[in-house]
Amino acid sequence: MANLTLVQSITLALIQEMEKDERVILLGEDIGLNGGVFRATEGLFQRFGGDRVVDTPLAESGIMGTAIGLAMGGLRPVPEIQFEGFMGPAFDQLTNQCARFNSRTRGGLTCPLTLRVPVGGGIHAPELHSDSPEAIYTHTPGLKIVMPSSPYDAKGLLISAIRDPNPVIFFEPKRIYRAFREEVPEDEYTIPIGVARTVCEGDELTMVSWGATVVQCMNAIEQSGKSIELIDLRTISPIDMDTIAASVNKTGRCVVVHEAPKTCGLGAEIAAGVMEYCFLHLEAPVQRVCGFDTIMPYYKLELEYLPDAQRIGKAIVETLAY
Amino acid sequence: MPVKTIFETKIDHVSILDEYGNFDTQLGEGLIPDEDVVAMYKHMMVCRHLDEIAFKLQRSGRMGTYPENRGQEVPSLAAAYVLQKKDWMVTCYRENTGLFWRGLPMEKILLHWMGDERGNHIDECNVTPLAIAIGSQLLHATGLAWASKYKKDGAIACTFFGDGATSEGDFHEAANFAANLDLPVVFVCQNNGWAISTPTKLECSAPTVAQRGIAYGMDCIQVDGNDLFAMVKVVKDAVDNARKNNRPTFIEALTYRLGDHTTADDARRYRDADELAMWEKRDPMIRLRNYLEQKDLWSSAKEEEQLAVAATTVSQVVKNAEEIDAPTTNDFFDSMYTELPPQLQKQRQTLRTSSIGQDPSQIEQATQEGVMQ
Repeated sequence: MANLTLVQSITLALIQEMEKDERVILLGEDIGLNGGVFRATEGLFQRFGGDRVVDTPLAESGIMGTAIGLAMGGLRPVPEIQFEGFMGPAFDQLTNQCARFNSRTRGGLTCPLTLRVPVGGGIHAPELHSDSPEAIYTHTPGLKIVMPSSPYDAKGLLISAIRDPNPVIFFEPKRIYRAFREEVPEDEYTIPIGVARTVCEGDELTMVSWGATVVQCMNAIEQSGKSIELIDLRTISPIDMDTIAASVNKTGRCVVVHEAPKTCGLGAEIAAGVMEYCFLHLEAPVQRVCGFDTIMPYYKLELEYLPDAQRIGKAIVETLAY
Repeated sequence: MPVKTIFETKIDHVSILDEYGNFDTQLGEGLIPDEDVVAMYKHMMVCRHLDEIAFKLQRSGRMGTYPENRGQEVPSLAAAYVLQKKDWMVTCYRENTGLFWRGLPMEKILLHWMGDERGNHIDECNVTPLAIAIGSQLLHATGLAWASKYKKDGAIACTFFGDGATSEGDFHEAANFAANLDLPVVFVCQNNGWAISTPTKLECSAPTVAQRGIAYGMDCIQVDGNDLFAMVKVVKDAVDNARKNNRPTFIEALTYRLGDHTTADDARRYRDADELAMWEKRDPMIRLRNYLEQKDLWSSAKEEEQLAVAATTVSQVVKNAEEIDAPTTNDFFDSMYTELPPQLQKQRQTLRTSSIGQDPSQIEQATQEGVMQ
């Protein structure tokens, strides 16, 4: 066991998978000698060499598109897009190509790759370095999407993602890259994709979140003193509605918390799912505590935009009082 | 001298058998054995017949939109002739001759245009399915070549695209990756003069499209794309460069689509009749037939014989494509992922009810009334 930050846990997972499987290679901007702008690939260039830790030209579509070719050619590439705000140029290759190959060829060609992308706000970064676009990609059939909320989960989920025979987006919440440490086993382990984690059990209200806001939810729950069941999705797509529904059928109340804008965010999908599976058990409307339908502000105002314990606490009070 | 030239370049144009029948023996002698030239001509005849039938299938409502290949038979066939089995051929959608030469069953292409993904399930040879998004496939070819280099399996990738694709960002990113990372890729641009209705000069204001590759530091060459011999020559050189030196090459093959962009297009709206007439005289099959007849390798009798072979072959291909079992709705669920997630299993089970995605237990009658598949 080692006491690791989330980003260290990611580095450890990459090292272990690269040692285990020669098909795993990394590609991206500044990931080699520089070790990545968040140091997630620190020391990997020196350890595995330039053939396996490849600094690419500055071209996101190129990174995504060649990763598809590498995957179809029998490798297990792990491309990195430096920030979620730069996924735009890779969008076509990711959604129109990568996500569709398996279906398009009726299983003839697959794209087993893991796209690593730092995501979300809260680190005082410049424009286009703080967004939460996970719902956009959830609306793309053919991709799997994972977002860890702790160092332990990061390692287990990343190993699962790399071993998954399908394309996986692995979103790394940068706000908690180094926010806290956790005991992470040195031995390899996997956490299944598609299964949510119940962080704490409760019977008055179900709270659903993922990524960095899980930490805000834990704070809010602690401050509320109420018996709240917190579900960390871990996997955003495919979404584990069974775990959510079982919990809401028990508590009768549900609050969804996410950083991304409210409209057509995953909170909407979860609310609709709760209507499908829990209608007769509901005691209150599903509440959403989200980012707003505005452009993510520059960092002077970012904490006003991001859901915090106070806003979440308000939703808890209102939902319980309904 | 305050100003000095630090870089100069040139683009070579290669022609061996021109439209008037002139044959450059220095470059062309012994390049392709006679029997192979005959075999490729016969293959082109079958492919052209398929192209004509495909057009008619669309017009008679038996097939969806189809892009005619007529006039562009040479570039992909020449490449397929040169490539080895282990190599990758990553095409756009006007490369039937090359795909079939590599062993792709002809009905797969018809199935694709008949709206059936099973046409894209390819086990027979290392080719990727037709690429509809212009230029997207160039990056896949670059990645496939990269994987081969990493695995040291000696394979290369050869990719095809039109002049319009060289305006797409993906072309530039692929060229840049291939050149900077030393990847064994052959980029074959079929410059047919038109990107649907947009002439090449609106895609590229430089004198040649070939020179676009120079900016990325790769070898570039222009070739008569209707000349089988010249095409085989330049592809051979490019493939050698890729296989031996891990270097990409950009080939601009000058050709012309004698048909419309697709069956949904009417090229008369934007193309000059005189231009079409000029290129009809440059039809790659006319000059090849004349060449073969002059060498006494071909005759009218053989032409008749091969036309009959083409008719029989294509008729069977159409039969195979039309008589395949109907696809099932399970197909589009089951191939989304290597394993169907439970959420999609649920949607698959309930797709005939009014409550797609709901838990089947909530729709009691549906299961009993046989609407579940």
